[in-house]
Amino acid sequence: MNGLIGTIVEHYNYWITIALMMMGLYIVVAKSNMIKTLIGMAIFQTTVYLLYLSPGKIVGGTAPITAKQFEVYANPLPHVLILTAIVVGVASLAMGLALTVRIYEAYGTIEEDDLVQMVDAEDRAE
Amino acid sequence: MGLLTLIAVVTVGVITVRNLFAVTVLFGAYSFLMASVMLVLDAPDVALTEAAVGAGVSTVLLLGALYLTRTEEAPPRNSPLVPAAVAVITGLILIWGTWDLPGFGLADTPVNTGVGQAYIERTYEETAVPNVVTAVLATYRGYDTLGEVIVVFAAAIGVLMLLRRLPAGSDEASSEEKEK
Amino acid sequence: MRLDVILRVVAKLFIPFILLFALYVQFHGHYSPGGGFQAGVIAAAAVFLYAIVFGLDRCKQVVPLAVAEAAVWIGVAIFAGTGLIALVLGWNFLDYTPLFADPVDAQYWGIFIVELGVLVSVTGAMVAIFYAFVLRGRQ
Repeated sequence: MNGLIGTIVEHYNYWITIALMMMGLYIVVAKSNMIKTLIGMAIFQTTVYLLYLSPGKIVGGTAPITAKQFEVYANPLPHVLILTAIVVGVASLAMGLALTVRIYEAYGTIEEDDLVQMVDAEDRAE
Repeated sequence: MGLLTLIAVVTVGVITVRNLFAVTVLFGAYSFLMASVMLVLDAPDVALTEAAVGAGVSTVLLLGALYLTRTEEAPPRNSPLVPAAVAVITGLILIWGTWDLPGFGLADTPVNTGVGQAYIERTYEETAVPNVVTAVLATYRGYDTLGEVIVVFAAAIGVLMLLRRLPAGSDEASSEEKEK
Repeated sequence: MRLDVILRVVAKLFIPFILLFALYVQFHGHYSPGGGFQAGVIAAAAVFLYAIVFGLDRCKQVVPLAVAEAAVWIGVAIFAGTGLIALVLGWNFLDYTPLFADPVDAQYWGIFIVELGVLVSVTGAMVAIFYAFVLRGRQ
């Protein structure tokens, strides 16, 4: 049993991160308001960053800035990757919000259920 | 970890609250808590970026979009069971996937003894820059940073194309609408 | 007395310090956490605060729309330009060694110039996107 309990204790924070990720996924899939879907996408993205950063931490180490009094540093490569990912995430959020604004101006609603009905009615009217 | 519990509480708030202003403020709080967790994981560069971008720019952009659309979410019409089942099944598959990951915080994993360690040792001699993350971002992996700046450029152009009204331009704007 | 006196006074106190902090984060990116992206977003946040507290017309006088939209491509040009200079001089793209005398110095100052390009581009992009959202609702 020590193996199982040991595994659970070691991987506990990965599982909490996955739980948060699934909450973000639930918002994206279940909610029909577009702005809430975009917020859910942003939540999903930040939990993915957390999942990437966790294996890079070394207990007893410090931030990856070299100085004379430290010897053990955290792994810098995930930091670089996540920095790029954060900026790309905000760029896609800006584009998504611009599209939402244009859809609202064209159709008068941002609820996906109503939109699907309106677009179907337009297609049938053609 | 108390911070992660707080984050879970804020996320439940984002799911259930229907007034979108409140959801935006909760999203700002979520970003701030996420930045604190990243700081605990020894990543100050990433924490600074996440706090500035998430609680700063993202919140302002969401408020701008709410200014142009409406701020109340309609009551839910579909049953939440199927999406919840999808989320739970995906979560279980991911948990099964992380079973073999090395434990938290160990130093002799393949992740921490490969290229990352080599970068830490070589950076100060080759570039005289103590901040390893900036050096890797701008010199060793500079090509990716150029790609990232181009993504920001493309996003700005995309938003301007979608949302910019031409100044005197009632002719071009109305001919654009006649084309639709 | 108008109701927003506290906001205006506090904003007038804070905005110079926010801009100063953005420049600090940019130029100390070599020695402490920071760099181009963080500094660009913090400077954009200072402009947002000014627009929210003092009104959009005064903000458009301080940071004109054309300047924000021009900064987007000027930043990319600075970054890609340093790469192209190295290509023209016969070395690899984005190799900083032909630009300065000492190779270690070249990396140091090459990082400096490139982060400056990133700062200009990110600040311009965020302010231009903000203007696009807010000006859409006014007409």
